[in-house]
Amino acid sequence: MKRGQTPVTGGAMTMAGFKRGAREALPLVIGTFPFGIVVGVISDAKDLSLAETMLMCAVVFAGSSQLLALELWADPAPIMAAAIAAFAVNIRLAPMGAALAPWLDRLRGWKRWATIATLVDHSYALSAADMQRGGRDAGYLLGVGVGLWVFWMVAVALGYGLGSVVRVPPGHPLYFAAAATFCAILMAFWRGFARDFAPWVLSGGIALLLWWLGLPAPWPLIAGALSGAALGAARSGARP
Amino acid sequence: MIRADVLAAIIAMAVATYACRAGGYVILRAVRVPPFVERMLANLPGPLFCAYAVPALAQWGWTGWVAGAAVMAIQATTRNMAISILSGVGAMVALQALG
Repeated sequence: MKRGQTPVTGGAMTMAGFKRGAREALPLVIGTFPFGIVVGVISDAKDLSLAETMLMCAVVFAGSSQLLALELWADPAPIMAAAIAAFAVNIRLAPMGAALAPWLDRLRGWKRWATIATLVDHSYALSAADMQRGGRDAGYLLGVGVGLWVFWMVAVALGYGLGSVVRVPPGHPLYFAAAATFCAILMAFWRGFARDFAPWVLSGGIALLLWWLGLPAPWPLIAGALSGAALGAARSGARP
Repeated sequence: MIRADVLAAIIAMAVATYACRAGGYVILRAVRVPPFVERMLANLPGPLFCAYAVPALAQWGWTGWVAGAAVMAIQATTRNMAISILSGVGAMVALQALG
């Protein structure tokens, strides 16, 4: 990280950063791949053609919203319901984009808006951790996003093709890879007991409570995340 | 083969999703946000992924909590995500075998 020796927009997006991001996305594919296979299997079951399935993956690129939309899929396609499902599930991405502003601000024109198009939970997570370490290369964000996108397409195509042959029953340990990914990601953000313990417990507690009360996604996530972030903000503001 | 109604639904989903991705950033640029909101965004990552992980583990019952703790311990010591995630899946295989 060559800080201070580049002009304001210099190094805003580098090829080295892109490659580093794509490389560091690879372990996360273990968690996203089984999920992509499930999306492929269900797309096939809902009578989407391969072209329709791949188009949805390419331009929506958000697994849980694709799953929810496929749950309520019908013939003719439920346009309004699919859009509302996508919005409701993906609104969690809005604060992530805002939090990445220090990187996005340094990009110009299409680079900025194309990078935003690749934003997913995992690319935000790795980039936020990189930002905490002093990184400021949006190429990293784009690299993680594109790396995950490529394998997402492969996984969904595989699920579509093999879905009826290879059956992985619900509750299979393979699906635990998704939850395990978030546990591993979490460890990158631990800054010590004094700063993080209370906001994390509040966030996890509220998310668990609302989930247990039966609130649909993404409300337990959003309520937990925002209350934890608010507590963290209040405490960091109170500190001299 | 791409049917017109399916194409329309996919485009609607893509537009809604892009609005979510870009919306927070666009609003942050358009209006002066109070310093508290800026501090919230700086404090977002940990609580966000906590709120992600906790219900995801709870869905699995007690095996989820044990395997999740194993993933975090292994990630904290090895700093290698591939090893941590695979260990979590391995732990889940073992725990399910135990009953």
